[in-house]
Amino acid sequence: MRCAIVTVPISPAALVAEVTSDATGATTLFLGTVRDVNEGRAVTGIEYSAYTSMAIEELERIAAEASTRFEGIRLVVEHRVGMLQLQEISVAIAVAHARRAPALDASRYVIEALKQRVPIWKQEHYLDGDRQWVDPTAQRATPVAS
Amino acid sequence: MTQLQVLLFASYADAFGSGAVTITVPEPATVDDVLIALRELPGGRVLPASPLVAVDRRYTPGDAPVRPGQEIAVIPPVAGG
Repeated sequence: MRCAIVTVPISPAALVAEVTSDATGATTLFLGTVRDVNEGRAVTGIEYSAYTSMAIEELERIAAEASTRFEGIRLVVEHRVGMLQLQEISVAIAVAHARRAPALDASRYVIEALKQRVPIWKQEHYLDGDRQWVDPTAQRATPVAS
Repeated sequence: MTQLQVLLFASYADAFGSGAVTITVPEPATVDDVLIALRELPGGRVLPASPLVAVDRRYTPGDAPVRPGQEIAVIPPVAGG
């Protein structure tokens, strides 16, 4: 079990290799990547920042919870900070287990908890030169019916 | 009264113009006392009704005590992933 905040590009293959063993029969890899539109605005990149020491500790607490719920998992989580371009990987979660169900369920558990609890922030950079902190708790504008 | 340093991040650091501020609170102080003092500072209006606060890198409720030497941070809405 390893949790890290990194400043260099994430290597998914390395994470998969890290959790896979002779005893594992199922490996899941979740990747979060930077996409080109959010809330209808054209995004050119995202700048991630973190309260690094707490982020690592909170990730470790989440990983420990996952290990308790899904006994026998092997887990690695890396979240990148800094300026990321479109398609770059912001977060990677690799989970391996003897069977597929715990690997799939643990992956989902970790990403959902990460998004709710880990002190990481993103500032979106838009095509028009504007930039804005993303606040998932903010009231969304009413979607226009199409 | 005693002085505490408070860490700020992301949108809160922008609003307060710094990643760390020093505040004066009564003794003994609670997390809620920290928030009251922060609201008095320029930029303090950015704080929502009940912002998340971490003490020694753990989320901590408003009635919990805080003392000098602890690592106190006010956490904007998180957006990892």
